Amino acid sequence: MLNYILRRILYMVPILFGIALIVFLLFNVVGGDPVLLMVGRHATPEMIQELRHELGLDRALIYQFGDFLKQIATFDYGRSFSTKQDVMQMILRAAPVSFVVAAPGFVITIFLAIGLSLFVAFWRGTWIDKIIVISCVFLISAPSLAYILFGQYFLAYQMGWFPISGFDMSFPAVLSYIGLPMIIWLVLSVGGELRFFRTVMLDEINQDYIRTARSKGLSERVVMFKHVLKNAMIPIITSVVIEIPLLITGSLLIENFFAIPGMGSQLVDAVNTSDLPVIKAQVMVLSMLYMIFNLFTDILYSLVDPRVSLK
Amino acid sequence: MSTISTVAAPVSSAPLGRSLWGDAWVRMKRDKIAMASLGVVIFYFLLAISVKLGLVAHNWGETVGKEYQPPSLENWKLFFGTDIFGRSVVMKTIYGAYISMTVGVVASLIAIPIGVSLGAIAGYFGGWVDDIITWFYTTISNIPGILLLLSMALVLGKGLWSINIALGVTYWIGTCRLIRGEFMKHKERDYVQAARSLGAGHTRRIFIHILPNVFHIIIINFSFLFVAAIKTEVILSYLGLGVQGVPSWGTMIDESKLELARGVWWQLTSASIAMLIVVLALNIVGDALRDCLDPKLK
Repeated sequence: MLNYILRRILYMVPILFGIALIVFLLFNVVGGDPVLLMVGRHATPEMIQELRHELGLDRALIYQFGDFLKQIATFDYGRSFSTKQDVMQMILRAAPVSFVVAAPGFVITIFLAIGLSLFVAFWRGTWIDKIIVISCVFLISAPSLAYILFGQYFLAYQMGWFPISGFDMSFPAVLSYIGLPMIIWLVLSVGGELRFFRTVMLDEINQDYIRTARSKGLSERVVMFKHVLKNAMIPIITSVVIEIPLLITGSLLIENFFAIPGMGSQLVDAVNTSDLPVIKAQVMVLSMLYMIFNLFTDILYSLVDPRVSLK
Repeated sequence: MSTISTVAAPVSSAPLGRSLWGDAWVRMKRDKIAMASLGVVIFYFLLAISVKLGLVAHNWGETVGKEYQPPSLENWKLFFGTDIFGRSVVMKTIYGAYISMTVGVVASLIAIPIGVSLGAIAGYFGGWVDDIITWFYTTISNIPGILLLLSMALVLGKGLWSINIALGVTYWIGTCRLIRGEFMKHKERDYVQAARSLGAGHTRRIFIHILPNVFHIIIINFSFLFVAAIKTEVILSYLGLGVQGVPSWGTMIDESKLELARGVWWQLTSASIAMLIVVLALNIVGDALRDCLDPKLK
């Protein structure tokens, strides 16, 4: 087991190197000169030269790449072009906001989808099943932006149940601000999750051991809860865990629209102002987080399912 | 009842050696909702081609009424009212359909060849070639998609072509992974071994023997790629990174952000419904294709 984890961690090194290489190629080689964006239209050639020197952009590419690798290793991505603040501090400030906004909707969606998928699997093949599946396809086909805009218009503007936009992290106030994002998240993602969970449940229901369970006289309810649900939880948990790092950018559109100062808004702002250090840092930090959760899921998988070999 | 008899006839009289495609088509025709959805998709394609040929909506920029005129039935151009400059929302929506279909096709045409060729090479040859390709796609798949897309759209500059390239370069991974797996399975099968013993080389085995046998997976993959491309284009255009100077569903939704509070709901509704219909139809067609073409479900 330990051997397996160590090997997996070692395998993360070339992947991380690859991500760093892609990000570097994108921004330092393919992309234009960031200095020209920074200094604006009225800069003298001397100013440009000076800034390029300051940022190390006049050095050979291989040295620039070395600098970037050093940034990754030390988690020090320098300062933002537009706010002049320390990039890592900015990310550490925005990440909890994103998490607080996305997590409640995510958790409720998962529990609702698991419950509904059991229900649908129980009534498989009937009109209840068909109606729910069709509604799911409907929900995932509508544009996510429409949910956000209509949600704000009807629930916040017309009904006045929620603040129209903005954010406040202090305790009682935060509840009113996360309500609407939570509802939007729920309608936005419950369809996709439910469809996937239903497939997982139906896969289990057709297994031999379920037939055995039924033939020894267990009631359908016991079969569903004790056997189907338990075994279906393996693929469900792995798919849910891997989504957690994406929670941070998952509500990018919601954050951007409601002016919530999370990582999603930060990313959109950074893209609009060509704030390369922020974008680079976000890509690297979130990719690393994603890799760690990936490893975590694989370990989890091998723990709960003894059939998975640790090769 | 006549539809049932026409469908049933080829089933009973089908020759024993009916191809996968013929078989799939027969089963697909039995699914009324899927056929209607296919019709909707074809309609959107025809609409996009008409825009391209300059038959409709090429004059989307002209003023057809006052600003923010609500929907009315007096003229087809006013079905969904007008925008801030008095332009027809219907025509903008049609032009948006052209943009969406173009992005769907072009992004898929970039992603699928890359994914199929790399996946085929990796799965067929294995060894160090496979190691390198696997490393490459694992690397890209570890970067959260939206971050990679936004970064690419920023670096390549705003506009339709950067969106196409960004989407194509991001979305080949799923195709590659699927095709690699299929090639690994198929290269050991008897028919490929037989071809080999008859003297077929690598190229012939890959393209003439294995590829046709995994082609249905490419078709299914295409329908899902298409949906993803349409949805992402709308988001990128909404964020201002997409098409410039012409209407797209994303830019229409962006404009409508400020309109809703003034009671102007038609631009948002029009773009949303247009998108909902085509994405819904594509999702249904994709599911139907999977059911009809995936032999495991027979």
